[in-house]
Formats: sequence, structure tokens, C-alpha cells
Amino acid sequence: MSESSSARITLTSEQETAAAPAAAPASGPTKRRRRRSGGRGLLILGLVMLTVMTVVTVCGSWIAPYDPTKTSAESLSGPSSAHWLGTDSIGRDVLSRLIIGGRTTLLIALIAVALAVAAGLLLGLLSGYLGGVVDQIVMRALDVVFAFPVFLLAIAVVAALGPTVPNLILTIAIVYTPIMARVVRGPVLSVKRLDHVEAARSIGIREVTIVRRHVLPMVISPVLVETSLTLSHTIFTVTALSFLGLGPPPPDPNWGGMLSEARQFMEIAPLTVIGPAAAIVFATLTFIVLANGLREMLDVAGRS
Amino acid sequence: MNAPLLQVEALTAQFTSRGQISQVVKGIAFEIDSGQSVGFVGESGCGKSVTARAVMRLAPESSSVQVGGSIRFDGTDLLTLQESAMREIRGRRIAMVFQDPMTSLNPVMTIGAQVDDMIGKHMALSRKNTRQRTVELLDLVGIRDPARRANDYPHQFSGGMRQRVLIAMAVSCEPDLLIADEPTTALDVTVQAQILRLLQRLRRELGMALMLITHDFGVIAGMVERVYVMYDGEIVESGGVDELFANPQHSYTRALLDAVPRIESAGRKS
Repeated sequence: MSESSSARITLTSEQETAAAPAAAPASGPTKRRRRRSGGRGLLILGLVMLTVMTVVTVCGSWIAPYDPTKTSAESLSGPSSAHWLGTDSIGRDVLSRLIIGGRTTLLIALIAVALAVAAGLLLGLLSGYLGGVVDQIVMRALDVVFAFPVFLLAIAVVAALGPTVPNLILTIAIVYTPIMARVVRGPVLSVKRLDHVEAARSIGIREVTIVRRHVLPMVISPVLVETSLTLSHTIFTVTALSFLGLGPPPPDPNWGGMLSEARQFMEIAPLTVIGPAAAIVFATLTFIVLANGLREMLDVAGRS
Repeated sequence: MNAPLLQVEALTAQFTSRGQISQVVKGIAFEIDSGQSVGFVGESGCGKSVTARAVMRLAPESSSVQVGGSIRFDGTDLLTLQESAMREIRGRRIAMVFQDPMTSLNPVMTIGAQVDDMIGKHMALSRKNTRQRTVELLDLVGIRDPARRANDYPHQFSGGMRQRVLIAMAVSCEPDLLIADEPTTALDVTVQAQILRLLQRLRRELGMALMLITHDFGVIAGMVERVYVMYDGEIVESGGVDELFANPQHSYTRALLDAVPRIESAGRKS
């Protein structure tokens, strides 16, 4: 987290090791500086990971060495110069399937989260700003959705509507909307009481404009952090649902499905499992790192 | 004689919370003539801010407040007006300066953009002319280098400067009535005096009526022509500022006047 700054501290205090422990518990300004640089480091790391992922996903068709659905005779072959991650049970190139499969998984996650954020923002702003009966109705309705465990609800909805990609997106959006709405509503409750909102009203500005210009910008930072975090959760949910067979239908690859197919041959061809697992971890981690980086940065900016 | 600019009669305001009704303004009446400056003095919670917000039809914090009586502004009853018509009056004809300049500006918008918004809302000006007017206004309220400062954010301004900006916004559309709700409470004493002088000057130059709300008799003196003393939701005494200072009738007014620290009495005590 703060490797760069702690490394700097050990470097400078090498000659005076006796003074080092005393200097280590950082006093006010030092601590803050370290936190800030830690946050920036995380943010940069997150952005680099995101860039790598985006490039690989977007350019997937050109990067992938083979057609991801083309079978061949050499099944479950180990890693070689021809197939870097080997082949799966029916001889398809694992690396190609990983690259193309990521596109499906990430696209589902991205669209679902975009929908959840849009719905959450709308409901959160409405509920928090108007308050009263509207607030009660919206929040209680969302509580009902919130009360179900994410997976149970997702499985139920997908099972009821059928495992197609649009249904999967809709399901995940529904499941994450209450979380987003809560994240928005909280700050709106405090922001709407701020004097500048009343001041805006006192100069005759419409309520809609007040919400758009004077409330929304104040709640955008927690939303940003939560969006990133939700993306990581969503990727996990998508792969988990695909693993359970509720994802996009075969033969088109997706990470969860690959994991599910490969699990029987785990002992013979471990890479067929490790590959998608690593991809899932990488994608999930990207957004967690990004969320933490954003949180650190925005927190500091908010405090000053 | 002309009808007064603002004529308030039998104004009541009551809050309902958990079935309990508390009346914070108990049927008060007052008038403000065009161009006149009027002070409202009283302790915290005596209903003076609620009165001011009632005139603007701004519900203070919760919406569970009920306002009764009549508020006639330039011939129209504000309490029965449509919300859209009320928006045209807010800012354009009646403007308000709030107590705390530190929180009354949007922290994520530049000063200039906020003043622009105010002008843009009520006046049909081109973008360029709007900004020009903004700069003029900032200059008018005594902000140095206004063209450059207009691009700064509120956190780059001191409290006194922010209050100047808020005053600039309030007077930008040359309202007929300016309501100042404890405009100097959050500021330190030297800045207070500057802000009061500024309000006084703008009132004269723009010919506005001023409704000055404060708990401090020291602020009232020299600022207003007429004073209303409020206590517990009622106006207990009113009169010209000089006679009220010289000869307070009500015991509460005397108590308030005695509460103002005086240099000579402080000297005597020590």
C-alpha cells in the first residue's frame, strides 16, 4: 500500500538505526503525506490494471492466438509454445478462451453495474431529497430486495427468467440497485440540509436544478468508490452464476463456465483451472484496488 | 400615502412534530416601506428567522411547518401564490443573505459560476454580458481583482469575502427587499463592521428595503430606521430606533439593551 514511502523512510534512516523506531510512528503531517501517497499509488496501480484489462478485452479478437471455439485433437495438452496455457478437454486453446471469455464476463458486469448505478442514483436522490413518504416507500421496497442474499436472489431470478445474457444483466442490476441507492441516499440526506442548497432555493432555482447542480456533485465521490467496488463484486457474481450453469450458454467462452468445465480435469491439466481463476482474481482485484485508491484520494480531498 | 412594500398581518407559524404542535410565530404584524430599513431583534428561537423564511416561503429544514395569516408583497399575497410564481419573486424581488457564509456557497462551483447562475436565472443576458455583470457585482461588494477571483472556488475565500459574494448574489437582480438573516453572526467583529457598512451602502445606492435580523442591538444601531423586538413568537415592542434606544418600554427590550457590553461599564468593573 505504502511501499514507496516506507521504502524511502528506511533508506534515509539507514545510518541512524537508533532514531528509526522513534521516527517510524509518523506524526500528523508525515502520516497524512504517507496516506496520500499510498492512496495515489493504489490509484495508479488500479488504473494500470484497468488499462491492461481494457486493452486485452477490447483488442481480444486480434490478440487471441486461436479461435476460442475451434476444437482440435490435442486435448488437455500442457503448456507449450503453441498453446501457452495448454488446451481444454476438447482441445480448445485456453488462452484464447480466457481473452474472449473475459469480454463476455466484463461486459455483463459493466452493463449491469451501469444500470444499477443509474437506478440507484435516481432512487437514492429521490428518496433522500424528497424524504417523507417517498423515502419510506422507496427504502422499504429496496429493503425487501436487500433482505435476500445476493446469490439466492440472483439464482431465483435467472432460474425463473431463463439463463440468457440480458436476464443475467437485469438480475445483477436488480440485486445491486439497493446497495447503490443507499450509498447515494446517505450523503443526500446531509447535503440537502446544507445552507448552499437553501441559498439556491432562496434565489428562485428549481428543485430539479438544485438536485442536479447542488446536490448531485456533492455525492458523486462515494458513488464513484462504490461503483468500483460493486464492479468487483459483480464480476464475481457473474462468474459464480456462470459456474453454476446460469451464465451465457456454451460454446462461447466465459470465465465461470471455463472453471466449471475444467474442474473435472483439475489434476491432469491444472492450468485450465488456474487460468480462469487467475483472470477472475485479477479482474476483481483491479476494481478493489481502484476503489481503495479512489477512496483514499477523495477522502483526503474532502478533508482539506 | 402609498401602500407599504411588505405588509404582514396575523402571521403565524407552527411546527408539528410527533403530534405535538409548537407555535413559533404567534400572530405578528409589521410593515416595511420601499427603501426602508427595518431591524428585527430577539433571542435565539424567538421566531425571527422563521418570520424571514415565511416571507420567502422557504420551509426551515423540515416541511412540517404551517404558516398562516397574510403576507402582502407589493400587492400580491405571497402565501397563496403558485410555487412557480414564487420562484420568480425569490431572488428577483426578494433576496436573502444567510447567516453562515462558510456553508452558503456550493463548494464545488466557482464563485463566478454561482453568481452567473443567479443572474442567468432572472435576467436575459448573453453569457458574456452575464460574466461582465458578475465581475461588476464582485467589484461593487469590494472584492479586489474580481475578474480573476471569479474563477476561484469558495474555499479560496475568507468568511468575510464569502459573505461579500453572497451579498453580491443577493443584490445582483436589484431586489426590492433584501432580507439579511444574522448576516454578521459568523464573522469576527472587524469584518462585521465592514459587512454592515457594505449593506448600508448598497441599500442606499440600489434603493432596496432591508429587513435585518439579529440578536445584537449593536448591529441594529446606525443601520435601521425602525426596530421590532421579538420574544417568544410575538412582537413585544416596536418603534423608531432612536426612541427605542433612549426609552425602551418593555422589560425584555431593556434586558436586551443591558446585555450589550459597554466599554465604560467594563472599565468600571475591573
